[in-house]
Amino acid sequence: MKKLIKKDKVDDFLKNMSGAGFDVVAPVNKDGVPLFCNLEGAPELDYGNSKKPPKETFFPQTETMFDFKIEATRITGLKDPKEDNSSILLFGIRPCDARAMVVLDELFTWDYIDQYYVDRKNRATIISFGCTQEHMPLKNCFCTSVGGNPCSKEGADMLWTDIGDGYLVESLNEKGNKVLDTSAAFFQDAGANDEAKAGELQKKAEDAIVRSVSTEGVHSALESTFDHEYWDGFAKRCLGCGICTLLCPTCHCFDINDVLSRGKGKRERTWDSCQFPYYTVHASGHNPRPAKKHRQRNRVYHKFLYSEKNLDLLGCVGCGRCITLCPVNIDIIEVVEGAKEVVP
Amino acid sequence: MSDNIYKPYIASVTDIQLEAGGKRPIKTFTFQIDDPEERKKMFHKPGQFAIISIFGTGESVFAISSLPNHDGIVQVSVMKVGNVTGKMHALEIGDKVGVRGPYGNDFPVDDWKGKKMVFIGAGIGVSPVRSVYQYVLAPEHRKDYGDVTLIYGARTPSDLAYKEEFKELDARDDLDLWLCIDWKFGPQGPTGESAEEGWPAINMQAPGDTQIPAGVNKFTCFVPQLVEVTKPSPENAIAVTCGPPIAIKFITQALEKLGWKSSQIYTTLENRMKCGIGKCGRCNIGDIYVCKHGPVFTHEEVKQMVNEF
Repeated sequence: MKKLIKKDKVDDFLKNMSGAGFDVVAPVNKDGVPLFCNLEGAPELDYGNSKKPPKETFFPQTETMFDFKIEATRITGLKDPKEDNSSILLFGIRPCDARAMVVLDELFTWDYIDQYYVDRKNRATIISFGCTQEHMPLKNCFCTSVGGNPCSKEGADMLWTDIGDGYLVESLNEKGNKVLDTSAAFFQDAGANDEAKAGELQKKAEDAIVRSVSTEGVHSALESTFDHEYWDGFAKRCLGCGICTLLCPTCHCFDINDVLSRGKGKRERTWDSCQFPYYTVHASGHNPRPAKKHRQRNRVYHKFLYSEKNLDLLGCVGCGRCITLCPVNIDIIEVVEGAKEVVP
Repeated sequence: MSDNIYKPYIASVTDIQLEAGGKRPIKTFTFQIDDPEERKKMFHKPGQFAIISIFGTGESVFAISSLPNHDGIVQVSVMKVGNVTGKMHALEIGDKVGVRGPYGNDFPVDDWKGKKMVFIGAGIGVSPVRSVYQYVLAPEHRKDYGDVTLIYGARTPSDLAYKEEFKELDARDDLDLWLCIDWKFGPQGPTGESAEEGWPAINMQAPGDTQIPAGVNKFTCFVPQLVEVTKPSPENAIAVTCGPPIAIKFITQALEKLGWKSSQIYTTLENRMKCGIGKCGRCNIGDIYVCKHGPVFTHEEVKQMVNEF
C-alpha cells in the first residue's frame, strides 16, 4: 500500500522524526552549494544533486578511529570513540547515490567488517527522492545506462516520488515501515491517480536522460588496452586535483594517520584519492603509478572493471558529478567509449 | 565498538638484533603481544604479514618471519627507510608497539609436502622467505619435505642478515646452503678486483660451467648467477623467492632456463599499504589487492598482472 505526503507537511514530518530521536540529515543550501547536513530549519528539496555525495554520513571525510595516551613508553587509554546509538534519517538523497551505498556496503563488509561504516549504516534509514522534478534529470546524468533509474529503489529504505503537490511514498522494508509508524499522522493513503502520475513522471524522467555509456564489451576493451598510449591523451590535461574521486559516491579510498600532542593522540581516517601521487609511493621512493595517466587509468578501470571483478558490482552509478565538476572537462563517458574504439 | 578490526594489540619489544649497519640498517625485532587472549588471535601462517604501529607516528607493514605460534610472538626484519621504520630503529627492549594482523594469504605449505624445496632470497627479501624455510626446517615438519636448498645473497658479508642462524644452518646436514656477495662487481660485471677472501669468484662468462670446489658454498656473484651455478632441479620441486623486483626478474629467468615452470615458483610482493584488509584501495595491481589476494603469488600469477608495480 503506497502512501502520500503533501508537500506542506514535510517540514512537520521532519520535526516529528527529529523529536522521535532521529538525527536528520537532509539537503540544504550552504551559500549556494547543495550539501547534505544535519538539518537546522527547512531543507532545500528543489536541488539537483549535492556537491559532496551523501556517503559522508557513513564514511565521513575525517573521523577518529581511536584515542591513545603515551606515558613514557607505555601505551594506555587505547579506546574507541564514544558510542553513539542515535538513529539517523538520511533524507532526500538521489537514487543514484542510494545505489552507490550498495557498492560501499559490499566493500566495507568484504571479508572484514568495518565497524565505523557498518555501525552508522545500521542506525540509518535512507529516504530516496525520485528525480521527477521539472529541473531533473541533470545534463550529465546517465544512471539508466549503468543499471540505475531516476526512481530506482536499490539501496534505499523508502522511495519518495515528487508528483506535484505531494510525494508518493513507498516503504521498501522494516526501516521504512518504522518511519510510517513513527509519523503516521503526516501520511495518507495514495490513490490510483497518484500512482499513475508517479509512473508517468518516472517515464518522462527516463526519456529525458540524454547521456549514456555502453558497458557492453567494456571489460575486454579495458583488459586489452592497459598499456596502450590511448591513456596518455586525456590525462595530459588532468590537474591531479582529485575532484573526480573525492566527490564520487562510490569512491572509498582512505588514509590512516596518527596525530599526537603532549602524550595524547588519536588515529584518524581521512578520505584519500588514487589521483594523488603520494597515494602509492613506497618508502624507497618507487611509485607504481608515477604519472597522471597511470592514475587516471586506475580510476576508470576501478569503476568499470575492478569493482565488478572484486565485488560483482559496477563501480559507476551515473551521477555525473565527475563530468560536471572536472575543471578540465575530462568526461568519463567519452574516455570509456574511446577505449572501446582503440585497436590494441 | 565490538571487534574493531583496525585497533592493534599492544605488544612489547622482547628482542632486537642488528643484522646490517650502514646508511640503511636492518634490525630484526621480536615482539610479544601483552594480553594472553589477544596472543591467540595472532596465530599466523608462513607468508602472512603484520602491521606494526608506532603510536603517534603511524603504521608499517612487514612480513612475519617467525614460526607460527600461539604465544603472540611476532618477528619482523625492518630496514630503516622512513618515519615509522626510523622510530622502530630507536626502540629498546620493553618498549610498546601496536600489532595487528595476521593479514594476507599464505604459502601453501601443506600442498608442498613431499616436494623438494628451493629457497632463494636476495637482500632484505630473505625475510619473508625465512618464514617458510623456518617452517619447513622445523623438527616437526622437516620429514614432510624432500631435499632443501637455501640460496641467499647480499652486497657484502656484513649485509648478510640472520648471521648466527646461517652459521647454524651451514652446520646442518639436512639442507644445502649457498651464499653469495656481490659488492666487488660493478653493474657491468667484474671490476677486476680479486674476490673477497673466502668468497671465490665464479665463471662469469658461463656461470653454469663453474667448477664448485669441494666444501665451498660461498661465492662472489649476484643471486641469479648463484642459481645458475648451483643448478637446482625443477623435478618435483617448489621454489620460493623474494628480493628487489630486478633480482626476482633475473632469478626467475635463471630458474626457467633450468626448466622450472612459472607455477612452481612462488614469491611475495609488496606495495604501499594502509588498512591491510582491502578497503583503503591503494595496494592494487590492477584488480589484485596485494594485501588481500596476496602477498604470496606464483610467478604464473605475477606474469599475468598488469604492468604497474
